[in-house]
Amino acid sequence: MKPGSVAIVGAAETTQLGKIPDASQIQLHADAALNAMADCGIGPKDIDGLACAAEWPTELAHYLGITPTWVDGTMVGGCSFMIHLRHAAAAINEGLCKTVLITHGESGRSWIGSKALGNNPASLAGQFEIPFGCLGPPTMFTIPVLRYMKAYGLTHEQLANVAVVQREWAGMNPRASQREPITVEDVLSSKMIAYPFHILECCLVTDGGGALIVTSADRIGDFPTKPVYVLGTGESVETPMISQMQDFTSSRAFRVAGAKAFEESGVSRDDVDHLMIYDAFAHLPIYGLEDLGFVEPGEAGDFIWERNTAPGGRLPVNTNGGGLSYMHSGMYGMYALQESVRQMRGTAPAQVLDAKVSVCHGVGGMFGASGTIVMSNEAA
Amino acid sequence: MTVNPKTLPRPTPETLHFWEGTKAGKLLLQQCSVCSHIYFPPRPFCPECASRDVGIVEASGRGVLYSYVINHRLPKWIDAPYSIAVVQLDEGPRMMTNIVDVEQTPEALVLDMPVEVVFDAVTEDITLPKFRPVSGGES
Ligand SMILES: [Zn+2]
Repeated sequence: MKPGSVAIVGAAETTQLGKIPDASQIQLHADAALNAMADCGIGPKDIDGLACAAEWPTELAHYLGITPTWVDGTMVGGCSFMIHLRHAAAAINEGLCKTVLITHGESGRSWIGSKALGNNPASLAGQFEIPFGCLGPPTMFTIPVLRYMKAYGLTHEQLANVAVVQREWAGMNPRASQREPITVEDVLSSKMIAYPFHILECCLVTDGGGALIVTSADRIGDFPTKPVYVLGTGESVETPMISQMQDFTSSRAFRVAGAKAFEESGVSRDDVDHLMIYDAFAHLPIYGLEDLGFVEPGEAGDFIWERNTAPGGRLPVNTNGGGLSYMHSGMYGMYALQESVRQMRGTAPAQVLDAKVSVCHGVGGMFGASGTIVMSNEAA
Repeated sequence: MTVNPKTLPRPTPETLHFWEGTKAGKLLLQQCSVCSHIYFPPRPFCPECASRDVGIVEASGRGVLYSYVINHRLPKWIDAPYSIAVVQLDEGPRMMTNIVDVEQTPEALVLDMPVEVVFDAVTEDITLPKFRPVSGGES
């Protein structure tokens, strides 16, 4: 894409986050969508493009009263929304639609009106992974880490420290689910889930949603909000089987999506003021920092330990508290995007002063997919 | 470890040979006749060069422990923490498995230790390939 040709003009999360026992999944999509429309002063009749995951665009279009000329139901897990944003930018630039709504809603904790994904015992993962006692992401997403630890000497303390630093950010955010400070000791003495991962190194399970409204940069005058320009985008997928990822110390999907987004944007790593890396588990920021090229392979554990990503550090990461402490409904990517937009608007609870460039990096499945967005509050 | 009947593999036409193999005590991989690539999981063409000219080869059953977790969040039908592991086979491919006949602790499960396949007939139809430390190897 041409950097800055498209802008995010509306953004909002659901009114509530955490435990929402009085809303179904589609209503969480709608609640976020209505908040995003109110944010930028438009209604459903002004929207002609719709992207969502977990619900079909057909369901959302009908539910919200939208008549789209473009839809995208790409569903590759938690980074689907980064990829929707990338596809929306292409569609807007191609003239397929003018104003795109991207929604996410998930009743991850209360499980109201959610579609059970379930195991398909005839799929390759169903045949060659699940029968060995895999019980969801905590027992699978975590498998590569011991190999990473042996390859680079990452310590249990350094892994635990990822959760500690993110809790510091969460402490500055009134909407974060978990705000009490924690120590490395607290993490290492918390309940073991799947060695080497303790419960404080695993994401939360909550209810919520979020929505974005995107349009071409030449239409930003029609909206009252401060525009956040999309400078570059990337996407890729690797494998639905964690056992088959090429390199247990690095994600190919991360490397491909990240490189593409930086290349499109013309932004260098040194230009980045703020970074979101989808953290379903404590190792994700480590892989992300390395695979996006912010540090060399094997250096991220030290980089975080030296407080570079913490409050006051030179590269603030996961400033909302992340999936570990802010919220995690199952497909967290939308909340990472919301925090990048808040930082670019200057409205984040833990605002990074004078931040001009934010990178938002998502994972889907278990290192299965990736989407990366480079955005800025200045046109390219 | 008891197996949940809901998570038993359901073989497809493309994978049936693998599950027939484990029932007969053989670990079967596939090899491309054009580029010699040996691969897993099963499919009737080469993922490197797309040739459909592929054959079935029996693996040595030897490999090393590549990575793992020890699951502590147990379902009702399992009574003790267990390893979910990835083994790197001598022939190249990696596969998910459980490491058996050894204590399920980080001290006993050492990365890169040699392992060998054992066949666990969990039902009449399904035999899962599992791995144990090679006897006489590191102990
Ligand atoms: Zn071949």
